[in-house]
Amino acid sequence: MRSVLGQAWAIAAKDLLLEFRSRTAFLSALVFTALVLAIFNFARDPTAVSATDLAPSVLWITFSFAGVLGLNRAFSLEKENRTIDGLLLSPASRTALYVGKTLANLVFVGAVEAVGLPLFALFFNVPLLDVLGPLLLVIALATVGFVAVGTLMSSMAVNTRFGEMMLLVLVLPFLVTPVSTAAEMTAKLFAHRPFAEWAPWLKLLGAYDITFVVLCTLVFEFTLEE
Amino acid sequence: MTPTESAERALRRGGVLMAVGLALVAGVYVRALAFTPEEATQGLAQKIFYIHAPSAWVALYLAYGIVGIFSVLYLFLRDPRLDLLASSSAEVGTVFATVVLVTGPIWGKTVWGAWWTWDARLTSTLFLYFIYLAYLVLRSAVEEPGRRARYSAVLGILGALLVPFIHMTVYLFRTLHPMPVVLQPGRPRVPGSMLVTILYSFLAFTVFYVGLLARRYAWARLAAARAQGEAEGGADATR
Amino acid sequence: MASPGPSAAPVLEVAGLAKRFGHVRALGGVTFTLGAGESLAVFGPNGAGKTTLLRVLAGLLRPDAGTVRIGGVLLARGEASHRGRVGLISHHSLLYDGLTAAENLAFYARLYGLREPRAAAARALADVGLAARADDRAGTFSRGMVQRLAIARALLHDPDVMLLDEPFSGLDQRAAAALRSVLGRLRAERRTMVLVTHNLDEGLELATHVAIQVAGRFVSLGPRDGDLAAYRARYAEATAGDA
Repeated sequence: MRSVLGQAWAIAAKDLLLEFRSRTAFLSALVFTALVLAIFNFARDPTAVSATDLAPSVLWITFSFAGVLGLNRAFSLEKENRTIDGLLLSPASRTALYVGKTLANLVFVGAVEAVGLPLFALFFNVPLLDVLGPLLLVIALATVGFVAVGTLMSSMAVNTRFGEMMLLVLVLPFLVTPVSTAAEMTAKLFAHRPFAEWAPWLKLLGAYDITFVVLCTLVFEFTLEE
Repeated sequence: MTPTESAERALRRGGVLMAVGLALVAGVYVRALAFTPEEATQGLAQKIFYIHAPSAWVALYLAYGIVGIFSVLYLFLRDPRLDLLASSSAEVGTVFATVVLVTGPIWGKTVWGAWWTWDARLTSTLFLYFIYLAYLVLRSAVEEPGRRARYSAVLGILGALLVPFIHMTVYLFRTLHPMPVVLQPGRPRVPGSMLVTILYSFLAFTVFYVGLLARRYAWARLAAARAQGEAEGGADATR
Repeated sequence: MASPGPSAAPVLEVAGLAKRFGHVRALGGVTFTLGAGESLAVFGPNGAGKTTLLRVLAGLLRPDAGTVRIGGVLLARGEASHRGRVGLISHHSLLYDGLTAAENLAFYARLYGLREPRAAAARALADVGLAARADDRAGTFSRGMVQRLAIARALLHDPDVMLLDEPFSGLDQRAAAALRSVLGRLRAERRTMVLVTHNLDEGLELATHVAIQVAGRFVSLGPRDGDLAAYRARYAEATAGDA
């Protein structure tokens, strides 16, 4: 078990090192995030729609699309020089490969969210600080949910004719639960509702995460050539 | 019997089953229109329910359940026929889902004046529709049959497990999230003859689904058998 | 049929390998055995299934039928330990352009579970004469240097069997000569090798056994018993029916 984590960590570290050196995907995701937030702000009529009504949806649409943008890099970077073969040739387990890629994706998306969240608070004038703890929990859980599935899907999408578009089509149905439950909980948090009101959503999201992290880990090896 | 001949025979059998199913569905129409009382508040339009509800049952549970089960079986047994069965079920399921998504708004507009009401069945079917589409697009995007089957199976399993989560998400939204006040299409009150019609319609649609599935599957097997025959015949010619 | 020398246990035993992709039969029953220090050169036209054969031997592809044994151990699906016993050199480098030479090798050393990955990487770099470029990104290397780095990567874990897929493709004279000398050294170290190529000029002199593969089958297999000209004739004859 320890070696699986060790291998996963080696793979994740390698991915993050490569991304850190080139930075293109990260910067694109950041620019995308800032742009979407700005557009949403300009597109609404502030007298008709208050920021707090719209804010949770805007936040989650932004995060999920920026996240999906980043998911593609995980396996497309292994196409150059067929390094995926190098990974598959090695004794590294397929599970380690999946966990490593998912970890790298989580760090990547997390970094985009870490910049996006303050920007969001700034543009929409939403008081985040008093609900920051629970909000971060919600963001973390939802991100794990869609990154776990997205990483699995990107392993398939990268080998199809349509590439990036394929990933979007594959992942979108699986975004319904994490994104809508997260948006709902975010809205409740901004409105300072008591925990009991958003607990059922939290339970659903938690169940989703557990189910799909386990499931994706189990079926990942079937997405690799054999 | 060669694979091609056996597939052709299955095609004929599937055609018979499909015709039977179609006849039963036609029977549903007759019974619904002529032999079942009109519902008090909704009038004639309520009769769409006899098409709408069983289509939803087929699309949401039956068809995708079959996709899920045969996807798992394929990953264990690797028999390409299992993959053909799963993909046939997905195609047929998409047709039924389309019926749901068409009859729902018609019903809604006629009775309540709104094309789309976020009712549980309609919303769940909409999201399921996206999974079906993803499945079909994925299949069209992969050339090599072995990989196509593997990828479809992975998506089939994940999608099948997603369905309950979509139901629960929709359920939470309907119970906990403030909704605009619109009369929601629900189960109509069911006096005896209506109940019989409903049950009969579920049965008819199930038989129709099985018939369509059998026919589509046989057709897929025929196409595969023909393609293999060509490939082998061609290879033999050059040796 | 190639068989190992008198007192040598077979290192690589292949029996009845078959693989289809859809309706295309890429491998139709390949069988051979190699002992320590023996190297098999497989010649064949494009589409003969040579790369498929190598990928099955490397554990990247699962065959529909047949077995592969390395050192007597059966290659089973998912057997990680077996994968540590083969090394692959192909015309793709399997290296990350964005990482330095040292980082590339250290990464693979970690994946192969070597103790002290960085030291192992440094040693491997020195072995192929790239120690001076250890901290340069692999993307800046010339084709010949990339090939040398790829060899270092393949040898990192001291595999029992080396697989080479068209290793000379794209190399200029100098790089090809460098590769030949490295392969000669591997042979002197009594490593077991399988090399596939469509080009008879490459690797024939390094091979102890030669096979000709056409349409997924070995149409000829045996110890090397002729010179280049003889094998050219045999190859032309064997591939005559193949348009």
